[in-house]
Amino acid sequence: MSIFENLGLVYALLGAALAVILAGMGSAYGVGIAGQAASGVVTEDPSKFAKVLIIQLLPGTQGIYGLLVAFITLSKIGLLGGSPADLDVRTGLLILIACLPVALVGLVSAKHQGRTAVAAIGIVAKKPEQFGKAMLFPAMVETYAILSLLISILAVTAIQV
Amino acid sequence: MSVLQMQRISICALKKDRKAILEELQELGVLEIETSKVTADGLDRPDTAEEKQRSEKQALMLDQALDVLQEYAPEKTSIFASLEGKKLVARGSFLAAVKEREAILESAGKILSLKKKEAENKAEIVKLQTQKEALTPWLALDIPMNCEGTKKTKIFIGSIGSVMTQEEILTRIAQTAPDLSAVDVEIISADKDQTCLTAVCLRTEADRLEEALRASGFSRPAQSWEKIPAQELEEIEKKMEKVRSNIAGIQEEIRSMADLRENLKMLSDYCRTRAQRYEALAKIPQTQKTFLVSGYVAAKNAKKLAQRLERQFTLSVEIEELAEDEEAPVQLENGKAAASVEGVLEAFGLPGKGEVDPTRIMFVFYVFLFGMMLSDAAYGLIVFVACAVLLKKFPRMSESMAKSLRMFMYCGISTIVWGVLFGGYFGNIVDIISEKFFGVTVTVPAVWFMPLNDPMKLLVFSMLFGLIHLFTGLGIKGYMCLRDKRYMDFFCDVVLWYCLLVGLILMLLPSSIFASIAQAHIVLPEPVNLLAKVLAIAGAAGIVLMSGRGRKNPALRLALGAYDLYNITGWLSDVLSYSRLLALGLATGVIASVVNQMAGMLGNGIIGIIGFILIFIVGHTLNLGINLLGAYVHTNRLQFVEFFGKFYDGGGRAFAPFHSDTKYMDIMKEEEL
Repeated sequence: MSIFENLGLVYALLGAALAVILAGMGSAYGVGIAGQAASGVVTEDPSKFAKVLIIQLLPGTQGIYGLLVAFITLSKIGLLGGSPADLDVRTGLLILIACLPVALVGLVSAKHQGRTAVAAIGIVAKKPEQFGKAMLFPAMVETYAILSLLISILAVTAIQV
Repeated sequence: MSVLQMQRISICALKKDRKAILEELQELGVLEIETSKVTADGLDRPDTAEEKQRSEKQALMLDQALDVLQEYAPEKTSIFASLEGKKLVARGSFLAAVKEREAILESAGKILSLKKKEAENKAEIVKLQTQKEALTPWLALDIPMNCEGTKKTKIFIGSIGSVMTQEEILTRIAQTAPDLSAVDVEIISADKDQTCLTAVCLRTEADRLEEALRASGFSRPAQSWEKIPAQELEEIEKKMEKVRSNIAGIQEEIRSMADLRENLKMLSDYCRTRAQRYEALAKIPQTQKTFLVSGYVAAKNAKKLAQRLERQFTLSVEIEELAEDEEAPVQLENGKAAASVEGVLEAFGLPGKGEVDPTRIMFVFYVFLFGMMLSDAAYGLIVFVACAVLLKKFPRMSESMAKSLRMFMYCGISTIVWGVLFGGYFGNIVDIISEKFFGVTVTVPAVWFMPLNDPMKLLVFSMLFGLIHLFTGLGIKGYMCLRDKRYMDFFCDVVLWYCLLVGLILMLLPSSIFASIAQAHIVLPEPVNLLAKVLAIAGAAGIVLMSGRGRKNPALRLALGAYDLYNITGWLSDVLSYSRLLALGLATGVIASVVNQMAGMLGNGIIGIIGFILIFIVGHTLNLGINLLGAYVHTNRLQFVEFFGKFYDGGGRAFAPFHSDTKYMDIMKEEEL
């Protein structure tokens, strides 16, 4: 029995890790650049703090979606309960692949949502009364993160361990 | 669904009543002045720019005086100050303040001049401080700084820009001027930048010594004092003391004026409303003896306004319906509950000409969808209680704030209901606590089902709710077509789409794809299957044939029809978009259970319990915050993009009546219209 046949659990954990790492990285980037723009607005007009903060937070959700999938995965493979399941390679790889949608789409969409949020903060800076519309543009990008989250959740829960 | 019907009211009155009528109109705040179309010879509009500016300037000055008062005698404000809203004052005390206008303006001026005086005094302190610093190195000198020497000797007082000892300086002098008969050098002080010294020699040899000193980098101090440095320092300190007590006195004086604050605020608001009156006046055309106010008023107010004015003044009022091409400003009127989502509607755009006000229908869906996304009974209860308490405690908060809070309050109720249906109470807190502290796992059963156990079921229901939402939108479009008697549009753009979509759905239900998603096989009777096919084909054919009905060219018409049929993909993505209901609902529940699980990992001792409570509070606060934001944003999105996309453009202009737009106070109205 070669070492490669025992890697099932490793693959599954890798999937959970990727979901958190990639989606979290994307969110960190997105919230980061949006925060820079928001700080600029607040230096000029502190009363807009609440509005720009809300927009800054929008790209933060991908990281949470990654966490969510990772958590479901961890509890599925029993790592949280302290008694890891005995996974074969095939199941491990299946779980790894099930985690990929939220990981990859999370990374890219959070980055783009961050840039859209920067532009939306520009709207709030100049026309604060258009806050409702400004908020919508970043929310559009998020749709795809939600779709990938959905598929990841459905796939992870559907895999038999 | 009600956009208030607007009418145009025109009031012609005598100029002597102008001020009183304008004040009356401003207080009532029901008329939007719009006179751009009134033109005739002999009518002119007064130029009030100067008066308006003067009033604005006064208001600004009063505001500045208030800022100064706030700086020295701060008014206590709570963190909820922004919710408190404007204070209500009685008309009598407001008028009393206006009567003492001159005196109040004078005291505002006094506050500002005191502030200026204080700034000057502060600058004086800085100046004295600099002098004091310049004097410090010379404190050991016991003769006046400008001392020239005695009859026979000459004294040089100054500094060298480097660190040198007495010996070094003497050596340097001896080298450059070896023939000096006598010289005495004394170091006063030395620090890393300079050495301060005195040098004494015979008057006859003064020139040579000066030259020698210069060669070593000697220079006289930039500032010269007439007294001995120690005395000089004493005087500077005395002066500083005096200036300081001046400043304290000024501050005390400003503080003593703090009880003028209310009057300053009232007068500031008076000046502001006065400026607004001048602005309105500039729009009012007049002749030598009369003037004409014309504008929009809600139809239900028009008669009452006319009667009220006629009772008080000599004037003529005319009320007429709006012209066909005139775009009326939009004022919405909905019940108290439904009005709470008006803010969301305004963010998208008020109903344009000919559009219905979707607020009431939107309210139902908004609350329904919001609750489904947050879907935790405990969170819902927190949101509901927080909003209800704030609304109760601050009855005078601004209108838009009250609307938002009321909206969240209703959403909180809906969240409680969904939480109970899905069995979410702080996620799975009951399980964790019962297992950790009592050793038996107790689960509060979901009234309907647990989404995490059966996500596909919730996915199907999410899409079903989405379909209902979208069909309602299309239905409103149909209603608008019927109301405007555009029967052709109704049939082609609404009925045909309903046929196509219902047909497609009926065809999808028995298919194997749907069976694998819903995990239930649906068998429809054969006639229904046939009906489905007929509906779908008839709908599709109708759309291809009829969508381009505005075009004469048959090829173009068919092409446009085919393009419109392509919109079916839009419907597909719209329905799929409602899967976010599932995703966001799961997100709340799963993160909540992550928090619970982390909290539960600690031991059962005292520290464990404290840690449990800490993690519980911090974790759930964060989760509630982020999911509230998510639910709010995505409910808005579903309304704006999916729902409004079917029938609503917005683009109406908000009704902006001529009213008292105050900053600090609301004046009690004697009677409502």
